[in-house]
Formats: sequence, C-alpha cells, structure tokens
Amino acid sequence: MTDLADLTIAQARAGLRDGSFTSIDLLDAAQRRAAVSEPHLHAYLTIDREGAREAAVAADRSIADGDTRPLVGIPIALKDNMVTKGVETTAGSQILAGWTPPYDGTAVRRLREAGAVIVGKTNLDEFAMGSSTENSAYGPTRNPWNTDTVPGGSSGGSAAVVAVGSALGAFGSDTGGSIRQPASLTGTVGAKPTYGLVSRYGLIAFASSLDQIGPIAQTVPDAATLLEAVAGWDPLDATSFHGDVPAISRSLDAGVGGLRIGVVRELVGSGIEPDVLGATQATIDRLADAGADVVELSVPAIEYALSAYYLIAPAECSSNLARFDGVRYGLRVDGATTEEMMAKTRADGFGPEVIRRILLGTYALSAGYYDAFYGQSQRVRTLLRRDFAAAYDQVDVLVSPTSPSTAFEIGSKTADPYTMYLSDICTIATNLAGDPAISVPVGLGNDRLPIGFQIMAPALGEEVMFRVAAEVERGAAFVERAQLATSEVVTP
Amino acid sequence: MTEWEAVIGLETHVELQTNSKMFCGCPVDFGDDPNTSVCPVCLALPGALPVPNEDAIEGILSIGDALNCTLTEHSLFYRKNYFYPDLPKNYQISQYTFPLCVDGRLEVDVDGEATTVGITRVHMEEDTGKSTHVGEGGRIHGADHTLLDFNRAGVPLVEVVTEPDIRSPEQARAYGMELQRIVRALGVSDARLEEGSMRFDANISVRPAGTEVLGTRTEVKNVNSLRSMQRAIAFEIERQIEVLESSGSIHQETRHWDEAAGVTRPGRTKEESEDYRYFQDPDLLPLQIDEAWRDRVVERRPELPAAKRARYRALGADQRTAELLVDAGDLAALYEGAVERGANARTVGIWLTGEVVRYLRSAGTDVGDTGLTAESLAELASMTDAGELSATAAKDVLAAVLAGEGAPRAVAEDRDLLQISDRSAIETEVAAVLDQHPEALERIRDGDTKPIGFLVGQVMRATGGKADPRMVQELIRGEANG
Amino acid sequence: MPLVLLLAAPVACTGTISDMPIDIDIARVAGLARIALTDDELAEYAAQLENILDHAERVQALPTEGVEPTSHPLPMVNAFRPDVVTGSLGRDEALAGAPEAEDGYFRVPRILDES
Ligand SMILES: [Mg+2]
Ligand SMILES: [Zn+2]
Repeated sequence: MTDLADLTIAQARAGLRDGSFTSIDLLDAAQRRAAVSEPHLHAYLTIDREGAREAAVAADRSIADGDTRPLVGIPIALKDNMVTKGVETTAGSQILAGWTPPYDGTAVRRLREAGAVIVGKTNLDEFAMGSSTENSAYGPTRNPWNTDTVPGGSSGGSAAVVAVGSALGAFGSDTGGSIRQPASLTGTVGAKPTYGLVSRYGLIAFASSLDQIGPIAQTVPDAATLLEAVAGWDPLDATSFHGDVPAISRSLDAGVGGLRIGVVRELVGSGIEPDVLGATQATIDRLADAGADVVELSVPAIEYALSAYYLIAPAECSSNLARFDGVRYGLRVDGATTEEMMAKTRADGFGPEVIRRILLGTYALSAGYYDAFYGQSQRVRTLLRRDFAAAYDQVDVLVSPTSPSTAFEIGSKTADPYTMYLSDICTIATNLAGDPAISVPVGLGNDRLPIGFQIMAPALGEEVMFRVAAEVERGAAFVERAQLATSEVVTP
Repeated sequence: MTEWEAVIGLETHVELQTNSKMFCGCPVDFGDDPNTSVCPVCLALPGALPVPNEDAIEGILSIGDALNCTLTEHSLFYRKNYFYPDLPKNYQISQYTFPLCVDGRLEVDVDGEATTVGITRVHMEEDTGKSTHVGEGGRIHGADHTLLDFNRAGVPLVEVVTEPDIRSPEQARAYGMELQRIVRALGVSDARLEEGSMRFDANISVRPAGTEVLGTRTEVKNVNSLRSMQRAIAFEIERQIEVLESSGSIHQETRHWDEAAGVTRPGRTKEESEDYRYFQDPDLLPLQIDEAWRDRVVERRPELPAAKRARYRALGADQRTAELLVDAGDLAALYEGAVERGANARTVGIWLTGEVVRYLRSAGTDVGDTGLTAESLAELASMTDAGELSATAAKDVLAAVLAGEGAPRAVAEDRDLLQISDRSAIETEVAAVLDQHPEALERIRDGDTKPIGFLVGQVMRATGGKADPRMVQELIRGEANG
Repeated sequence: MPLVLLLAAPVACTGTISDMPIDIDIARVAGLARIALTDDELAEYAAQLENILDHAERVQALPTEGVEPTSHPLPMVNAFRPDVVTGSLGRDEALAGAPEAEDGYFRVPRILDES
C-alpha cells in the first residue's frame, strides 16, 4: 500500500473526495514521516500538532459536507518567516526566539480559509538571508537526498519537507532565488510569482522590493494549486497587484507547440557545472521535440544582476530589520541606556550573515555613497527590465539552469560569503525585474543529486510559464525520490 | 555698534484629525489608556506593512492649497532612518525628494505691516509614540527609565517648512497664528500647541543688517504655545547677538526652550552627524495626484481666514474687529447672522468685540452657552441705532439677554428701559421746562451755552431718564435759536 | 503614464565610485546600524564588506547616464486605504511580546547616557 506521505496534492485531493482516507490520515502520515526524517534533516522549527489536528478534524467535517476545494484537508508547511497567529514565528533568528504573533499574514489567512492543514513552520537561513539554510540560528537543515549536503536556501526547510514527504506542499519566500534554488537542490518544483501577485503582508521582510511568497511542491500542477490559493490583491499590501490573477493552471495540458522559447546565453556558460548544463540541454531538446521554437538569445544586463542585488537587498534589509531593537518584542540584552540595550540586543540577536548584510546596506545607503551604490543599482535594474522586455518581444519564455550546481556539502561555502552569493547567479535577475520564474526537476547529476531547470516569464505571465513547466515535467519524467523518503528508510 | 538682523525659518508639524492613522486602521481619537490604539502595523510587528490613508493625503493637499502651494503631480514616500525608542520601525515614513506640495506663500500681518513668508514645502509623514521619563521630575535628564505609549505612533503628520523669510519674533508668532487659523478653517486639525497637535521648531540665525550671507543657525524646539515661541525666538536672537558681540561663535545645534527659566538650552549632543539614509520606501507606491483630484481640493476649499477678514472689513468692520471675529468662529457666526438679518455691521461688530467678549471672559463661558442669538443681537443693534436704548440701558439689556432672560425688546420693556424717542412727547416736556426757566433760555440766547446742560438735566429728570438726551439737546438749541 | 517619473528616485549626484577607494569607516557604520561589535569583529566585517564591494563595484562599469532608477518592479501608483477605523490589538496582546512592560507601557532603560 502507498504511504499517504508520498501522494501528490492532486492524488490526496482525489482520495479525500472519494473517501479513501481522511485529512487526519494524511496528517498522521505526514507526521509519521516527520518523526522518521526530522532527526536527520531538521527541516521544521515548529510542528503545530494541536493546531494541525484541529484543522484536519474541521476539514474532514467540511469534506463530509461536500467541500471539494483544492486544499481542504491538505497538510501544508510554511517557512518560518511567514507570520502565524498563535504559532511561534522566528524567521530563523535568535532575536525572535519565542515570539508568538498576534496576527496571521494574508497568505496564511487565505490558506486557513481554504481549509489547508498547517502542519508546522520550516527552517530557513536567518531572515531568509542565505542560499543553504546553514545560516539558521537554530542549526542547519540537511538535504534528504544526501544529508551531507545542503538543501539550498533560504527556503531549505520547506523544500526538504516536500522532498521527504513530511508535508504534501509548502510555501517559501524568494528574494533572489530562495524558493527556486532549494527546489532545484531537492528535486522539487518551486515557483516565484510575479512581484505583487501574492501579498507580502505577514511575510517578515528581507528586501521589500524583491520578496515574494511562492509554492514548493512535488509537481507542477500541485505548485499551481498552491499558488492559486494565495494569489490575488490584498488591501493590506500597497504593492500587491490590483488586477486579475493570471489563469495559473488553465493551460497545464496545452503543450508547447508554437511557443517560442529563449535560452539565456549568459546563464548557460562558464560557472555552470557540466552535468547541470547537460541536463539543461537535454530538456531544451525535449521542448524543441515537443514543438517549441527554441532560440538562444542574450539578456546582457544579467551580467550585472548579482552585483546590483548585493547592494539593493542589503540596503533594504538594513532598514527593514531596524525594528528588531529589544523594545516591543523578541530578545532584549540589558544595557545601561536604551541605545546600549538596542546595540547589544542586535549584536547578540542577529547572526553574522545578517549583521554583514545590515552593515553593507547601511554603508550603501549612507550619505556620499547612496547614488554610487543604491542609485546605480536601481538604474541597473531599469536596464535589466529593458533587456528582459526586449527578449520577451522575441520569445514567450526564457529558460536556464536554476542553480549552477547540484547540492553542495555542508560547510563548503560558508568561509567566503561571496562564493555563497554565486549560488543565486541564475535566479536573481527575475527578482530584480519583478518577473515570475519556476524551477522544475529534470534529472540527477553525476553525484546522484537533483538538477533543476528554470523557466522565466514576463510579469503576470504565469499561465505560459506553468504551461511550459508542465511540459518540462512530462518530458523529464523525473520519478526518483529522495533517499530519506523511500520506504526502506521510512519503514521501521 | 553693529545693527543685527534675525533670519528665522519655521518648521511646523500638524497632526491631522482623520478617523484612522496614516498607515493603519487604528483610531486617531484614542483615550488616555496607553497602548490601546495599536496594531501590527503601527507597532511595527514583523511582517506588517503600511497602506496610506487617502483622506490624510487629501488633508495635506488642502493645506498645501490654502498655503498657495503647487500640488505636485508625482510624489514619493521615503524612509528616514534613525533609531529612537518611540519610533517603532526605527525609520519614519516621510517625504524627501518630490513632496506633495511645494513653493507656497503665506501673508502675515504685524501691526498693519504685511510680510510674505515663502513656504518651501508641505510634506506628509507619521507621528512617533510618546515617552514618559520616570524619575527626576519626569525630565529626560536624570531619568531612571522611560515608558513608551504607541497610541500616537502613526498618526498622520503634516510638516510645513518656510523659507528663512521671517525677521522678528512677532512675525513668527503672526505666522504661527495664521497657519493655525488656516488648518482650523480647513477642519483638518484642532492645531493645539498645548496638546501637541501643532508643534513649531524655529531655525534662527542673526547677521549684520544689510548683509546677505546667512549666519550659523540653531534650531529651537519644545515651545508649547505661540507666546512661548515668540519668547524663545526673542531670547535666542539676543543670545546669539551677545555671543557674536563678545567675539564668540554660534554652533549649529538643537536648543530646547525652558519655559520656566525663560532660556534656551543646548539639547542632546550627538557624536555622529545625522545620516538618515533616506531611500524611497519600497513598501509604498508612488503617488500620482491627477488634475481631477487637485481640482477637487481647490473646489472644496472653504473661505480662508484672510478672505473672511477682507469680507468683514468690506462690511465695515475695522481690522481689529475683523481679526477678532475670524479668530472666534462662534462670534463670527453670530456676526454674520445678525448682519444677514439687516443689522448694521459696524454696530454688531462693536457690541460683539466689546461688551460680549467682556462678558464671556468674566463669565468664563462660550457664547453658545448664553442666550445670545443672531436674532437677539440684530434686534439689540437696531434698537440702539434707533435711539431706543441708552448706552447704559443697552448694556443692561445685553447682560440680561446673555443670561437668557429673553429677547432685547422684551427685556427693555419689562424693565422699563426704552427711551422716549417720540419727538412730540419730548417737545412737550422741553416746552414745560423752558417755561419754568425763562432766564436760562435768555442766557443761551446771549451766547452762554452752559445752561443747556442744566436744561437737559431738568428734562431728563422730568421724564424719569427715558428721553433721548441727544434729541432733548437738539430741541432746546432749536428753541433758543428759533 | 510617464513611467520615467513614476519610477524615479532622483538624488543628489555624488560622483562615481570607481575612482573612490573603498575605505569603510566600519565603526561609524555599526553605530548607524545600532550593532555593538568588538574591534576584532569590526575589522573582520570591514574586510568582508570590502571584498563584497570589490565584486559589487561591477555595477559601476555599466554606463547608466540618463537611465531612471527602478524602485518598484511593476509600474503601479496610488494604493490607498479608506479612512476607516478597522480596529486595534488589545493592550494585553500588544504587550504580550514585550521584553519589559509596566502599567500598560513598554519599558526601556533611560534614554540619555549620563555616566
Ligand atoms: Mg518631520
Ligand atoms: Zn495601528
């Protein structure tokens, strides 16, 4: 018999509807899987047994009354930078240890209203700053494919729980690749929506002009279902998109016949591992075979994206994280004066990567440097948007690898921050442009670790993006599961 | 000896009395209980985001319009970054480049001399929380610890910045008063300095008269009335002149006005120069104020104090009366009501700004709590103009009307205070008195005017004081010359 | 819609950084950021920042004269809320996370350093 923890959301939904099992059964399966995998992974920071059980009981009652909404009764995990009322939310930081929010973020509220069962909060790089989930104040998360390697980051916890089956779906946040890169490294599907498509209200801010909440799932249709549950205008987020939500999952079966697909020249060259390039090329060939018109083209300003990102994101974070001062919530370290208390609290409460970025951003915004750093980076952003616009004049979507490499070993990149930053080389540009992008697993590397393929689309181009993603998924026929998720490991 | 000239610019913060705060749905009208009008947004809880209050934007546009500003089409919110415990986010959402209103002017008048004060900008921001310093008499110096109440955090705040066009403490006060009148007339704020809903900071420097170069300025804060603003500026000007005349130099610094001691003192010295790291707030969208919106603001502009004063002057009020009436809105309403009912505007103005104000002051009450209405005021004015009441009698009648004892005519009749202004009745009394005093009449005819007073007195006595003395005198003179 | 203005955030031009040696007054930066660091920590962060900025300086190479900066990924304007009271947290809820509270207030140490 199939372990319910191995089901996709679509399969679980069908089973709930026809009465094969209950939401409680699904929750039990996910929690059993967590019990086995967590000692190896440390993907969850909080497991909300009580809240999840209540939600599952309510979902079962609702399903019995004929509720067929796509997420009702489905166990979902949330990255711990998403604010959950009554459930500890730390953003992976010591400075928020023990903080129990008095409110729900909008995406969280929509998930609850959709009947989803929120099983727990997942680990992340502190305040989503990192590409490996090693920067968590609560210890790293490991990759279920090989626990000597990282799951990617910063949404490494969310990616790991989906890969291992301790939740059927999860949400993360993506500021420079933090959903797509861990999805790539864990063999899952991860999507960053168009900036503004999902409300940021209740997402603990890292870089406001770049952050987006998005789904991580086992399949492309599951990712579409998750995204549809949270997308749409929110009066509590001034930057949320006030218009019609794209028909995200309408064209999943439409194929790619007649679509024009552009391979981004700058992202298929040096710096990308050969087996990643090989898998990327194979995927592109399959898309061409499926009827797409494939061309290679250039988005020149991508060369500058990483530099611009590492000035913009720290600048915004230096201001966003100023509120953590020991006055109203979170950690306080005593001091003789308020100023001293604040400075000590922040020194002790933030980890080194967060401090590094706050200092970098403070410097970049300070008088005399503003225009050269922040101002210039925002102009680079304009150039990047222009280059993307020119590319989308020629093609419907752009493609590239998601990550330059498969999962790397824990500790291998922590010594040099800049080396770590290079992990985001393929993903950052779309955050700067505000465009959507998705990562789909397409195979395994020589190290038997997953390789992800990235599809990028113009703003609000989710429909065509998911359409291509679904074709990539069908073509890749990627059926392998993480080692920790296989039955010989999980069955005692 | 050098003649010195003061150069003063004012920064004014005005709290807008909207229903809800600038960026969240907490009420602006909160009670005394601390931390009861707070939410995730204004407490800066992790994850919370600001969304601007549309009416607050409209409020600032109306202020900008009233100050003759250009309402800018494209405007932006910035973050002003600095750490302070009463500032929940440790940045204030404010404006920097592209404020909502720019390049305005306000005419102010000191003793009939008009000055135009340039308005550099009017921008939108948010208020901070309130700190209570515990220990050492509630002062920040020597305090043991501080208590924070965030009810006020996030209340919409408008900052009005002038050009350094003000030259005297009196002008500064006049500017403050006129700005206060304007925001009150617009109905956007009660603008009370004592309660902090209007706050002034003054940038002050001095320079030798006739020179153009600006001296080093100090910023004076902490004035909680217009009178203390005037005193603080006067003190600071004198202090700077003294320093300069004794070959000292002025340091650019913030100084706090000590009301009790009547001096300004240096504020907290900061080792680091201010570096607010302004950048455009990525949580907020650009503002686009289209023509329709700007037109709507102009259309809704109420009659502003200057226009109202001009109208009252045209009706015959003198400058002082016009000012007084405009400043006391409830008296102005009575004034307009009485004039509408046909009363002489001058007479009404004199009564209102004289006897009525005296009565209200001594009784410590508002005119709304008295029996005086526009109707009764109009009646009183026409009775005095027609000579039906003597000045003394009119005062008594007014007092009775204010005390709610009835309408003027009824009161005058009740108390038998009506003057005899029936000419023939008085003629009869005059003839009788002249018959009794032929010698007095002779002396008047010989050119001696002294007996006129005596004869008037006799007639007044005979009529029990109710004859109109002007008419009596006129009749006696008529007889003597006839 | 004049996109150029909507996205504009003009600031005083302070020259280019390419001829500006990166020399960070790290103690001042840490002060502005309100983070208490030891001298050793400061030195380490300064070295790391200089290394990152050496790479980030790359953005200087791109000619951007006449290019308006992008501050928002989507060219949207005017998101407002109506002036309606939508409620507040209860005071207990507001103070629940406070490291120190007193009589309904958040409590902090004294503001001024008078040692
Ligand atoms: Mg201000
Ligand atoms: Zn609030």
